[in-house]
Amino acid sequence: MTDSKYFTTTKKGEIFELKAELNSDKKEKKKEAVKKVIASMTVGKDVSALFPDVVNCMQTDNLELKKLVYLYLMNYAKSQPDMAIMAVNTFVKDCEDPNPLIRALAVRTMGCIRVDKITEYLCEPLRKCLKDEDPYVRKTAAVCVAKLHDINAQLVEDQGFLDTLKDLISDSNPMVVANAVAALSEIAESHPNSNLLDLNPQSINKLLTALNECTEWGQIFILDCLANYTPRDDRESQSICERVTPRLSHANSAVVLSAVKVLMKFMEMLPKDLDYYGTLLKKLAPPLVTLLSAEPELQYVALRNINLIVQKRPEILKHEMKVFFVKYNDPIYVKLEKLDIMIRLASQANIAQVLAELKEYATEVDVDFVRKAVRAIGRCAIKVEQSAERCVSTLLDLIQTKVNYVVQEAIVVIKDIFRKYPNKYESVIATLCENLDSLDEPEARAAMIWIVGEYAERIDNADELLESFLEGFHDESTQVQLQLLTAIVKLFLKKPTETQELVQQVLSLATQDSDNPDLRDRGYIYWRLLSTDPVAAKEVVLAEKPLISEETDLIEPTLLEELICHIGTLASVYHKPPSAFVEGSRGVMHKRLPARTGSGEGTECPDVGNAAGGSAPEAAPSIIPSQGDLLGDLLNLDLAPPTTTGPTPSTSGMQMGGMDLLGGGLDSLMDESEPPHVPLQTDPPQSPSPQPPSPVYTHTDYTYTDYSHTDSPPDHSSTEHSPPAELGGDIGGSPAMGAGFGAAPTVMPASLNAPVGGGLGDLFDLGGGVGMPMGAYIPPKTVWLPAMKAKGLEISGTFARRAGVIQMELVLTNKAMSVMTDFAIQFNRNSFGLAPAGPLQVLTPLGPNQTIEVSLPLSTVGPVMKMDPLNNLQVAVKNNIDVFYFSCQYPISMLFVEDGKMERQVFLATWKDIPNDNESQFQIQDCHLNSEAASNKLQGSNIFTIAKRTVEGQDMLYMSIKLSNGIWVLAELKVQAGNPNYTISLKCRAPEVSQCVFQCYEAVLKN
Amino acid sequence: MIGGLFIYNHKGEVLISRVYRDDIGRNAVDAFRVNVIHARQQVRSPVTNIARTSFFHVKRSNIWLAAVTKQNVNAAMVFEFLYKMCDVMAAYFGKVSEENIKNNFVLIYELLDEILDFGYPQNSETGALKTFITQQGIKGQTKEEQSQITSQVTGQIGWRREGIKYRRNELFLDVLESVNLLMSPQGQVLSAHVSGRVVMKSYLSGMPECKFGMNDKIVIDKAGKGGVTDEVGKSDLGGGGSTSGKQSIAIDDCTFNQCVRLSKFDSERSISFIPPDGEYELMRYRTTKDIILPFRVIPLVREVGRTKLEVKVVIKSNFKPSLLAQKIEVRIPTPLNTSGVQVICMKGKAKYKASENAIVWKIKRMAGMKESQISAEIELLPTNDKKKWARPPISMNFEVPFAPSGLKVRYLKVFESKLNYSDHDVVKWVRYIGRSGIYETRC
Repeated sequence: MTDSKYFTTTKKGEIFELKAELNSDKKEKKKEAVKKVIASMTVGKDVSALFPDVVNCMQTDNLELKKLVYLYLMNYAKSQPDMAIMAVNTFVKDCEDPNPLIRALAVRTMGCIRVDKITEYLCEPLRKCLKDEDPYVRKTAAVCVAKLHDINAQLVEDQGFLDTLKDLISDSNPMVVANAVAALSEIAESHPNSNLLDLNPQSINKLLTALNECTEWGQIFILDCLANYTPRDDRESQSICERVTPRLSHANSAVVLSAVKVLMKFMEMLPKDLDYYGTLLKKLAPPLVTLLSAEPELQYVALRNINLIVQKRPEILKHEMKVFFVKYNDPIYVKLEKLDIMIRLASQANIAQVLAELKEYATEVDVDFVRKAVRAIGRCAIKVEQSAERCVSTLLDLIQTKVNYVVQEAIVVIKDIFRKYPNKYESVIATLCENLDSLDEPEARAAMIWIVGEYAERIDNADELLESFLEGFHDESTQVQLQLLTAIVKLFLKKPTETQELVQQVLSLATQDSDNPDLRDRGYIYWRLLSTDPVAAKEVVLAEKPLISEETDLIEPTLLEELICHIGTLASVYHKPPSAFVEGSRGVMHKRLPARTGSGEGTECPDVGNAAGGSAPEAAPSIIPSQGDLLGDLLNLDLAPPTTTGPTPSTSGMQMGGMDLLGGGLDSLMDESEPPHVPLQTDPPQSPSPQPPSPVYTHTDYTYTDYSHTDSPPDHSSTEHSPPAELGGDIGGSPAMGAGFGAAPTVMPASLNAPVGGGLGDLFDLGGGVGMPMGAYIPPKTVWLPAMKAKGLEISGTFARRAGVIQMELVLTNKAMSVMTDFAIQFNRNSFGLAPAGPLQVLTPLGPNQTIEVSLPLSTVGPVMKMDPLNNLQVAVKNNIDVFYFSCQYPISMLFVEDGKMERQVFLATWKDIPNDNESQFQIQDCHLNSEAASNKLQGSNIFTIAKRTVEGQDMLYMSIKLSNGIWVLAELKVQAGNPNYTISLKCRAPEVSQCVFQCYEAVLKN
Repeated sequence: MIGGLFIYNHKGEVLISRVYRDDIGRNAVDAFRVNVIHARQQVRSPVTNIARTSFFHVKRSNIWLAAVTKQNVNAAMVFEFLYKMCDVMAAYFGKVSEENIKNNFVLIYELLDEILDFGYPQNSETGALKTFITQQGIKGQTKEEQSQITSQVTGQIGWRREGIKYRRNELFLDVLESVNLLMSPQGQVLSAHVSGRVVMKSYLSGMPECKFGMNDKIVIDKAGKGGVTDEVGKSDLGGGGSTSGKQSIAIDDCTFNQCVRLSKFDSERSISFIPPDGEYELMRYRTTKDIILPFRVIPLVREVGRTKLEVKVVIKSNFKPSLLAQKIEVRIPTPLNTSGVQVICMKGKAKYKASENAIVWKIKRMAGMKESQISAEIELLPTNDKKKWARPPISMNFEVPFAPSGLKVRYLKVFESKLNYSDHDVVKWVRYIGRSGIYETRC
């Protein structure tokens, strides 16, 4: 056979030749020609012009030729829908063929031809094939339903194919069952609430039976489907586990991982004191270890999953440290992952071995790996106190090697060790100082400067050292500059006499010669602090720092739980929820681990407990369910004033859940105590590369947030800290101050009057070019409910955001003749989950012609449903007379949160990452502000200007906004001097909000 | 599920492109080429996300196989499928090479159509596939034949067809083990494990039911307690000659070919199955306890000044003197700035290979309980590179005629009730081969 010749035709006029050959009488020649066509198609040439000629070859009894023609059809039918119809007859005929292989082939191919007209013809043959006597045809038809659903979901529902598909779950042939399960799971993903995969103990039993008999792939489909089921109680859970465990010995790693997923999930429900629980834990370790002898790519997938499993249940693999030792010939991606797991498993018992290994790795060739190994040594020191001394000496040995990047990495981690064990290892400072000149990376330089500043009193020539850095102050990166500033201030406070000049120099460099607002502001604050009250300054700057925590780099618990439900899948490889990398509605449902039901176990882990019955997928904050039957919902409002708010949704949820329609509330109510999901906007899944070796600080450790985060890629933790918060932290230097500032700046832009710790409030008057932000824009009050519609009650109102709290400001007027009492308010589900955060406070009865102003604080943790328009809010107000309904629209700017300022780099990356389709442009007319004023005005409403660029007299302002549900909106505002018309481009992953955001811009700028 | 599958040659030219889902466009083909195949850096991950599209790739010699998806697919399954795809291709036309792929592209498309439907992997057992994907077209099959094919493809025993006949019923068992070791310079075992495979070649008529037994500690302990007579004595498959006299071994974990009834293994720890025809891998296992390390490597590296290294390596064989190890190779890494090497060895041949930065010492055969030694003087060019030489470990290759884990086959019984042959009529062969896996000693 020399089919390769088909790849080499590059002649001109080729298409004509092919055409002639396709129409040849000789069968062999025809077949040759079709092969050539397919070869051209493969390499990317356009051979669609040959469509009619190729389709003509379809009528043949040669199966090989037929398959080739089908292949061609699948590729080009879409571009030639009219011609594709020509093929229909053959398909329909083939579906009746006595040979089951041909019937299956026809139905399989027909499903792949994505032309609307053809799908109509597909229905009848498909219906027959679903009931075909031959299992091979049935299993093919099952998948075909999923294909058809992808093209025309409505058609599939109308034709009743879903029911037929459900019936196939009880088919006698295991492979038919497996394919039906796969198809149903996929269809169910795009209908999150359809309850399509109606799993109950009976159907589960069928699946478990088929599991023993079907192909390895079928077993994966079934196991993945089982993982979505939530058993009723611990007994059912145990019996399923017992039937799934044999799969752990399967040769196919994917079967093993999917079985692990089912077990990890169902294990949640087993009481811990059960014998079986312990047995199961023991059974999990060996198969996980065995995965490491698979091919490297699978090892990588396994390691990423083990990383999650180790965080969730460290006991499973705690004795298996050795298998994670790195082999010299492992691919780099396996090495890096193994290293990560080694650190997680490090404990007092095995630390000696681990350290010996890490030291070995630090001499390897790959730079990334070596760096990570060095960092790992530091993390061991922090994690296992007993080993700290050995770690430090190991690090010192490594510094002696003088390998540049090793030295720098070592210095960065030694600084962390100092933080964890103050006043213990400072003797090594001298050695560190010797390497000062070789440091060229900002992080290492910053670390070294911090060390010098922190221990200035013990370093004789600290002033000289710091001065040497000062020479190139403006060439340094921001983190080094900030650190240098702080270090010199510390030095000054410790040795005031010798260093006065130095401190003056650095303060003027930072304040007068710098364009960086962070640096400038910090400079001013130090300056003022030092000149006002040096004693206070000393207390603030040199205060004792809080210790850093041991375990770092852990995945946030809710995310971890979700990822455990996704073991084996891409989500577990990326360590990101599917919503972060899957487009559209597919697979973005958030999965959760089931709650433990065993007696008295529920209280053990409250966060799981809250998810009681949480099998139903919980709506993500950024995903808005579609609008349902609004009227019905409203009519069923339970108007009892909510007795509790946010943090205890279970009680209020119960009340509302009782009125089923408002319900779902139980599931979709966000628990405030849970941190929000990682906002997908800030976390572009561009590289699935392992997480950056992340710094050893906790978030609350404001003193350090600056240099721990500025250089590392934007993981979700760093974006949570907006620059103002960091500023607050940095000047702090003391835990008390850190906390005071850390909290205050979040409300600062909105209301400057918010109490800022101590007498430092006036510091903010420094001005220094910092524009004073104005208050948030509050639209004027409008009448929402006219008196005639509400038996004499008139309600007007507006919305405001004050000090970070959304307020609904209502004016209630009684225009009736009788007294009104017993006011209560309730909202319908809405796009952003707005809900009253407390009862409506109308204490005194409202007499005739009396007016009362009430302000109702709102939370954003209520049930979510997409409204149209997006900012529509439907409200029900009750009093002793009746219940009244009205709807109003809130300015979306109420939802802009105070920490919506994005880092520049993050902004750039996010801007690039959002597809251009999501960009929308608007014009704002007749606005006479200059860019500076506009920016200030917008900042009052938490629209933050991140950067400004002037191009040919046109000011481009780049801004970021964060909504209360974590959605980021990026904006580019073009302001041309003298032109009252602004152009604004908005980019957001949820483009629906753009219109509302634009309206806010307009409202804010024009008022 | 898998949205598309592409095969590229080493230059990044597409040899095969099959798209299963609408969300994967032609540009995905180019994205992978540009971002992965032509990337300047070494590949840092087998999973790449480019513009919200995920690419899984494996490489076979210089052929790239890439599966593409936009959904949250089962990543382990995708890789398993890609390996399987390679196996299937190899079973059809031998080595997976550019030439073979081009020569068989029609066949490959046909296979891809069959084993991946809408991105869902389907039956991919070559035994079953070969019955109806033949490249000869389906010639005049009778109706019975057709339904036999489909029932096999979808059946519970998808790996074996009915009606196989042999004049002589025969089976071959190979216990193939690779022993892995990482040892410190001081001779301390840092990690050691054996990963073993039981490969079976069966030429048996009909649909035989087989039962496989080995000296698994759990089974033997249970049998001992229950008072059942030990079957080792009766076995006609006497074990290989390992040095230790221990009766049973502790298996850390094992996995089985899909023909093995896993639920039966889970409940009774018995391995029963209907075997595929021809050669296949029955099981894999891993042991870490009481491993016989066939060789011990004792390195001695001394730096004499800045331009000279003295290396002495002793290897000791640690098994019965009557057995012979073969294909022994010791690889001693040398620094990059080596200018010359003088080697003296007692046995075998040793050569300095500059291109591989190593001294390679080969010995054809070596009996057990022997010792041999090599010494070398390495001259170095003076460099001003401050970084010290990383000293990669000394690695070793060998083959020994026993199972380093101590595993022994106790029996393999064959039952075929319908046909006229019994367990005694089957000719059975067993062989043990222990090979080095990653067998390294740090120096």
